[in-house]
Amino acid sequence: MGTRDYAFISLCLAAMLALGTGLLRQDRIAEPESFRPAQYQDDDFTSVVAKVNNEFRQHWSDNQIEFAPRADDLTIARRLSLGLVGTIPSLEEIRELQKHDPLYRQQWWLSHLFEDRRYSDYMGERLARAYVGTENGPFLVYRRRKFVMWLSERLNSNARYDSIVRDLIADKGLWTDTPAVNFVTVTIDQNNDRKGPNPIRLAARTTRAFLGMRIDCLQCHDDRLGNVALGTLDDPRDGLQADFHQLAAFFSEAKSSLLGVRDQAGEEYNYRYLEAETEELIPPAVPFSPELLPEDGNRRQRLAKWVTHRDNKPFARAAVNRIWALMFGRPLVDPVDDIPLNEDFPPGLETLADDFVEHDFNIQRLIRVIAETEVFQIDSRAPFEITNKHESSFAAFPLSRLRPEQVAGSVIQASSLKTIDADVHIVFQLQRYNEQNEFIQRYGDPGDDEFVERGGTISQRLLMMNGDLVSRRSRANMISAANRIAQLTDDDKHAVEVVYLTVFSRKPSEKEQEHFVARLQEEKSMQFRTRTVEDMIWILLNSTEFSWNH
Amino acid sequence: MMQHNHSCGTAAHFSRRTLVQAAGLAGATWLTPLSQALAQQADTKSKPQAKSVIVLWLQGGPSQFETFDPKPGTKIGGDTVAIKTSVPGIELAQGFEPLAELMDDVSIVRSVVSKEGDHERATYNVKTGFRPDPTLVHPALGAVVCHQLPDDLEIPRHVSIYPNNWPARGGYLGDQFDAFKINDPSGRIPDVRTGVKDDRLKRRLDDLVNVVESEFSRGRVKDIDSKTLHKTSILNARRMMSSEQLDAFDINKAPESLLAKYGDTRFGRGCLAAVQLIEVGVRCVEVTLNGWDTHANNHELQRGQVDILAPAFAALVADLKERDLLDQTVVLCGGEFGRTPRINPLGGRDHWPHGFSVAMAGGGIRGGQIVGETDTDIDFDDRENRTKHVADPKNVEDVHATVLHTLGVNFQQELNTPVGRPMIVSKGTPIKQLLG
Repeated sequence: MGTRDYAFISLCLAAMLALGTGLLRQDRIAEPESFRPAQYQDDDFTSVVAKVNNEFRQHWSDNQIEFAPRADDLTIARRLSLGLVGTIPSLEEIRELQKHDPLYRQQWWLSHLFEDRRYSDYMGERLARAYVGTENGPFLVYRRRKFVMWLSERLNSNARYDSIVRDLIADKGLWTDTPAVNFVTVTIDQNNDRKGPNPIRLAARTTRAFLGMRIDCLQCHDDRLGNVALGTLDDPRDGLQADFHQLAAFFSEAKSSLLGVRDQAGEEYNYRYLEAETEELIPPAVPFSPELLPEDGNRRQRLAKWVTHRDNKPFARAAVNRIWALMFGRPLVDPVDDIPLNEDFPPGLETLADDFVEHDFNIQRLIRVIAETEVFQIDSRAPFEITNKHESSFAAFPLSRLRPEQVAGSVIQASSLKTIDADVHIVFQLQRYNEQNEFIQRYGDPGDDEFVERGGTISQRLLMMNGDLVSRRSRANMISAANRIAQLTDDDKHAVEVVYLTVFSRKPSEKEQEHFVARLQEEKSMQFRTRTVEDMIWILLNSTEFSWNH
Repeated sequence: MMQHNHSCGTAAHFSRRTLVQAAGLAGATWLTPLSQALAQQADTKSKPQAKSVIVLWLQGGPSQFETFDPKPGTKIGGDTVAIKTSVPGIELAQGFEPLAELMDDVSIVRSVVSKEGDHERATYNVKTGFRPDPTLVHPALGAVVCHQLPDDLEIPRHVSIYPNNWPARGGYLGDQFDAFKINDPSGRIPDVRTGVKDDRLKRRLDDLVNVVESEFSRGRVKDIDSKTLHKTSILNARRMMSSEQLDAFDINKAPESLLAKYGDTRFGRGCLAAVQLIEVGVRCVEVTLNGWDTHANNHELQRGQVDILAPAFAALVADLKERDLLDQTVVLCGGEFGRTPRINPLGGRDHWPHGFSVAMAGGGIRGGQIVGETDTDIDFDDRENRTKHVADPKNVEDVHATVLHTLGVNFQQELNTPVGRPMIVSKGTPIKQLLG
């Protein structure tokens, strides 16, 4: 045996050692800087959590609804990971999480996620769907990618939510340099007579996205079905066509040219109301709470300040309902953008909205508070029979189907024991990007229709059972989870446990453990062991548990 | 927690539309009391013979002047030459010779109008019969047909061949009505062949259902599979994987002479697969031909597209007839909009939703008909009067209503969306001239 042979063997041994230590050691995850355990014991934090808890308990008690026990820590961590970064936790992350004091485990996990660039990128994309939809939009003057990147930057710095929305409504400049204006330019119809931003589409989008209200009907006629209630609690009134168009008039000055979006003072808004003989000049006015509308600024600036005013409660409620929906897979008030103006609200909504305003529209604080509540931590299984009633009142965590990018991201993550985040090599990131896009194309993207309940389809099952992504990712190769688990786990029980933690983010039940250990012991060869681990990963990837949030 | 139906809906909404129209704002003829009455009358007389639909989707916006509505010798007609067809008085653009012989079976609506001039929005509009609505995703025509005419097939009943970014979707009817997407049918059908041996697959599925699924359902919501449809879709997927009906996707067994008639192109192969799929009972097949967005060099590029479309379209109609399927299959051929009468400085034509053509055949549609007419002298800059250059205008939804009518689908019924919003299947009126 020559020197080169020894060198090669040494290299192989070193590689094996590196792989082995990779499985057992976690030295890559840094302690998050924003983790401050004392904050989560502070009365300012615990009191709002307790208030929300009490409201739900009272609601369940009043309606004689039994509620499920608390879920285990890893299940809660999985929910947070799926909701905030769009993928399941890695084994590496799970190991790190398990080291922390159970009292602060979820808050540590949130700090870790918030400091991961995947959080702002993912949340940016999810929120962009509400603000500009998923369509490609007009050519040149609309840059969706720039818009999402801008949103991601703002979320990464935990910018105040009200300031983000003010920029969306009132910013001016080029769609490339001031990406917030893409909120306005996406409404330009380049093939229609009107070349500028469309005040009607902007009014509809503003009310739905920022106020959680659907007043689209009023575009064409007064409300005749009592569907759009405006006015005040003491003096309610039906919505009028004028409510919609007076709101749209705030966008009449927004113009677009080669220099970008600007406001042209004096540009008026004219409209012919239903049953009117002629078009008339429509003055800008808000549909409720006119006392909050400032006098100064141009029309868009005034509207932006009114929408985001601290006392404009629908603004805070809409934000809470959307963040809630992103975390639970189901909004508190359904549909997510149809919250009544003056009615009884479900437990939690007002308290969370007040807290959101009091804490300067801090999105991360809102997420932390929601994550700490009993209702977020509740199990999706219970010792009693769970019905739709339990799910709809959050007395059991509602099952919701994962979005395609969550499924793809989770398949890719489940094939690796290390975290596939922004720090992995660019080659892996590119591979992930390509695989994910290809998968979503075939799996089907629900588009803007984010929170509609739906079951799985045959095409999706075929894609999971036979498609390239799952086949490739469940197969054993040098760096895959299947290979590493088969080669490096010391006994069969451990192997089954690692597979379950990696794919399901939980340990196997006794029955599952027993069954798959028996499978592993059917033959005593490494080839069979590797194949059985591949099978286990394939099986778990094809389960309901994997494809649903629970 | 709280479920509200604050959306616009039911009778009041539609009466609103009628009122809008009465005020002369809509500029269209649908849903006036008269047209509703006509539609109902037509509906009661319906003797559906059609069972399936094939949509030949021309993505990008075909030019009506270079396809089904040539205007040779006019200022707007460009260099297009018209050819005669088997029906006296009907002319098509040069290149459609194969289809010209079958004109007795084919009709053309030359007066389709819409208000959508952007590719994505217009595609949505023409595929669903509704303009995009941020609060709702409408189902495509094929999804509605599958929803309304249920049957038990082992393979998907709604198929999209060469899907682009916007394949036909199930919308509010549910993802189970999305089109199953395949590419070149001379190649592998995606995702139906397993990469492992049968016994290994069986073992995997046994463990999945008996161990993992049963463990997950323990203590969870009642009747979990009725909610997730997970086990059901696994069983159906398995059934499809071993179905002989899968052969309908495969065109490699078809005689070469038949394939040659379709033109040995990707699109031609897709059209042949569409016929084979219809033959085994698939309800709707969409075959996409991209490349019609000719903002430059319009004439030459459109002609290239016609050379692909014409033989495939003609062979498809002839083949359906040969297999005795034409009477029960509606064929719809068109794109998201037409192209401008004015030829731009690059020799291209731009987007034009104010009067474009759609061809229809089969399924009881009366052949040899021309519906509507577009003017040969259009003042392009007169934006206010663009829509006035179309005689007997038909809205996109009228085309939908015509197809649904031939299939015996009650298109005036309201379906409930997942949030409980009632939504009419189609707000169009069938085109009487095309009804047999």
